[in-house]
Amino acid sequence: MLEAAAQAVVDVRNLKVEFPGRHGTVTALSDISLSIRPGEILGVVGESGAGKSMTGLAIQGLLERPGRIAGGEVWLGQKRIDALDDREMERIRGREIGAIFQDPLTSLNPLFTVGAQLVETIRQHLPLGKAEARARAVQLLRDVGIPSPEERVNNYPHQFSGGMRQRVVIALALAASPKLIIADEPTTALDVSIQAQIISLLRRLCKEKQTAVMLVTHDMGVIAEAADRVAVLYAGRLIEIGPVEQVLHAPRHPYTKGLMASIPSLGARVEKLNQIDGSMPRLDAIPPGCAFNPRCAFAGPRCRRERPELVTIGDGANACWLNAGGTA
Amino acid sequence: MTTNSRKSPALSVKGLVKTFEVSAPWLNRVIERKSRQFVHAVNDIDFTVPAGGCLSIVGESGCGKSTVARLITGLHRPSAGEIRFAPGQKGATLSAQMIFQDPYASLNPRWRVKNIIAEPLRELKLRDTAEAIMARVEELLLTVGLSASDGEKFPHEFSGGQRQRISIARALASEPEFLVCDEPTSALDVSVQAQVLNLMRRLQDELGLTYLFISHDMSVVRHMSDRIAVMYLGRIVEEGDTEELFARPRHPYTQLLLQTIPDINAPKRDRELAGGEVPSPLKLPSGCPFHPRCPMATARCSVDVPEVRMLTNGTRVACHLVEDEAAGSDVVASYASAARRS
Repeated sequence: MLEAAAQAVVDVRNLKVEFPGRHGTVTALSDISLSIRPGEILGVVGESGAGKSMTGLAIQGLLERPGRIAGGEVWLGQKRIDALDDREMERIRGREIGAIFQDPLTSLNPLFTVGAQLVETIRQHLPLGKAEARARAVQLLRDVGIPSPEERVNNYPHQFSGGMRQRVVIALALAASPKLIIADEPTTALDVSIQAQIISLLRRLCKEKQTAVMLVTHDMGVIAEAADRVAVLYAGRLIEIGPVEQVLHAPRHPYTKGLMASIPSLGARVEKLNQIDGSMPRLDAIPPGCAFNPRCAFAGPRCRRERPELVTIGDGANACWLNAGGTA
Repeated sequence: MTTNSRKSPALSVKGLVKTFEVSAPWLNRVIERKSRQFVHAVNDIDFTVPAGGCLSIVGESGCGKSTVARLITGLHRPSAGEIRFAPGQKGATLSAQMIFQDPYASLNPRWRVKNIIAEPLRELKLRDTAEAIMARVEELLLTVGLSASDGEKFPHEFSGGQRQRISIARALASEPEFLVCDEPTSALDVSVQAQVLNLMRRLQDELGLTYLFISHDMSVVRHMSDRIAVMYLGRIVEEGDTEELFARPRHPYTQLLLQTIPDINAPKRDRELAGGEVPSPLKLPSGCPFHPRCPMATARCSVDVPEVRMLTNGTRVACHLVEDEAAGSDVVASYASAARRS
């Protein structure tokens, strides 16, 4: 594990995020540890409110106040970045961490051409002249598969379709060749046939440029297509992490098992879908012990008392008393 | 039609057309010499939904599937064509209700749940006394898997899945026999989606409901429907039995859709991707609407609009390549033979 952490692009250790409020402090993320290697896509999945987007925002230092990192460390290469001030963080965002958001229309400024936005980002982070930056902008558009980039660079965002706009956003994220890209639901607003194009583009760029990608999504299909490893979050906790084939097809945590079984299959039709009864607890009302215990069919007294630690088994790790060798 | 010919259709739609005018104001048109502009949202479609069955309409955003849902429920007036409901179990014309996509926007946040569900009962005067209305509300809440005490709460106290249950209870209040469901689970998480889909299947069996299901998610559609209609730019390009459509898609667009959906059981990471995007419905391509993206398009496809043909297995397809051959052959075969001839 130490060896892997040494070469990781980003290494998150025991991250804890809290939101102090009038009615007490809400723990939004609790004890999250994960790392991503160069050229690797880590999928982060979970239900809405599980903390997937929050993890991405915490790494980028974009938590909305009064939210704060209350514990743990975030390492970007050899640098610890969780305690930097705003100005230092600004230099890292864009230069070392690129971001892709869900809605390509709101992540671009409608009043400037895409060329102007690319040139601005490039010159902000790289010591290039105007002409050089423009040439790089055209090259970036070509890299992300936009036809006739020399002309398209002068177009405004509204002149692009949804899929093409998302390509421009990816080009913006890549502008300064960051080591890490955090992509938050990058394909959710797109149609399936376009979605497939964007996923394969992301995979190709990630492998070519050896960028680490954190892909946040709720769509298991996207994960299956794109990710190398998957982290499953539940109620702000990491409950399972491992290689994509293992997590999707041989999950070890009861929640992951239930989640995978509840997806309607394209292969065969079943009369009744497997369902997990109930819903995820609110973050201010997480039950003691394992957060999943009220919905878990295998829960025992220990699950209701003690919180299971993440235990490494083979390539993966999961947090469940059943798998920890003890009794539930 | 083979499997469902025994059942009479609950809904038949013929030649349905809906155009929206999106012209600039007349002064701008005069000064800038622009002509009127129309979006052809739904372009001459026919389909039937068998009683007690489920027909799904799938397609990408902008293909007109939600417009069809709104036309069926009367929220839009058709520009041409007819929509005919068969007489229901009680003899009177069958009544339709709708379940909307977004359970956050479709429930009034200032109303208690009991009043949301009671509204159709009060509006349509289906119960005489306040007690009878509340008894029915409680019954509906229990039917969709909520408890009677939930009626006193407000929508914000519920999760997305529970809100969609409330929408379903409201839709069922007027005892409809036909439900139009416009992307009912696309705002929900997968584990919750399974709960809602199971509930809808159970209600269909118990109450003998007929569904028109609108979705872009092929795996959900496969789970729910007996027949599937694939729409592209306002037209139905293929319609057939669910199993048949998944096993042997005929239209190149259906093949593209099935190829591109991510499947967790068979990730197709290194597949070939058809490029191109959906053209603007303002400027529909000439001939077959799919021809600019179609890998098998011939000169004819850019000129003639293909007619919908019925094949022997009950699938209806609008594609010249399928038309050319005797009914029953598939597109790939006709493509190969077309290549040989040229």
